[in-house]
Amino acid sequence: MEFMPSLYSAAMRLTHNSSDAEDLVQETYLKAYRAYGGFREGTYLKAWLYKILTNTFINSYRAKRRRPEESELDEVEDLYLYRRLAQSEAADAGYSAEDRALERITDTEVKEAIEGLPEAFRIPVILADVEGFSYKEIAEITDVPIGTVMSRLHRGRKGLQKALADYGLQRGLVVAEPVER
Amino acid sequence: MTSHVPEVDCTQTVEWLYEFLDGELTEERRIAIEIHLNFCPPCGSVVSFESELRRVIADRCRDQLPDQLRERIQAALAELGEQASN
Repeated sequence: MEFMPSLYSAAMRLTHNSSDAEDLVQETYLKAYRAYGGFREGTYLKAWLYKILTNTFINSYRAKRRRPEESELDEVEDLYLYRRLAQSEAADAGYSAEDRALERITDTEVKEAIEGLPEAFRIPVILADVEGFSYKEIAEITDVPIGTVMSRLHRGRKGLQKALADYGLQRGLVVAEPVER
Repeated sequence: MTSHVPEVDCTQTVEWLYEFLDGELTEERRIAIEIHLNFCPPCGSVVSFESELRRVIADRCRDQLPDQLRERIQAALAELGEQASN
């Protein structure tokens, strides 16, 4: 049961509401139990629970919300957030403007930024950046080749940075266009 | 000893940035990036920002597990266990 809090958080990012997230976590545990006849603690248990969670989500809980098209994320350049934050305020002595801006990002902004990503990118971003799974583990959980995991992660992270920069822009923390470094 | 370590510039550093932070680069490439970072403060600042961002993302999207969910799941599993043993 030790993975339940992190599975629940992942389920929240996937389903966007607590009632579906609770059902999804419960279904995940029941499926795991039925398949195994119990739980064996081990290295693979966490990855395996995530595999059941993501598959169950994809098969039965998929939300129908408008999200950016996958191709839209190709337009986002590398280091998107950094380049905007770096020029947003004058740096204070000993502490850079971009690091201070990070401190001001709220829980809600991070959650919404992740939830706004297209599913194909959201799942690897949650697995890598929140749960710390390796590329190989993510490939096994999501049943795609490692190269695909890497490219989806890359695009997902760019999308996440774009969303966080947009929140920063709304709050006046970020400049609209970066100056070339 | 470092004969297989490639030389990297800022562009290459940005290209390998995520694999570097994810701990997924080969040993040679990881060392090459670390050498570059020692000499390039702008890239150092990028890497520290991206790694801090990673921490912020992981920290800020935790949700409180509803109290009754653990109990509900334990009860459902116990019921399954009883069915299996009957």
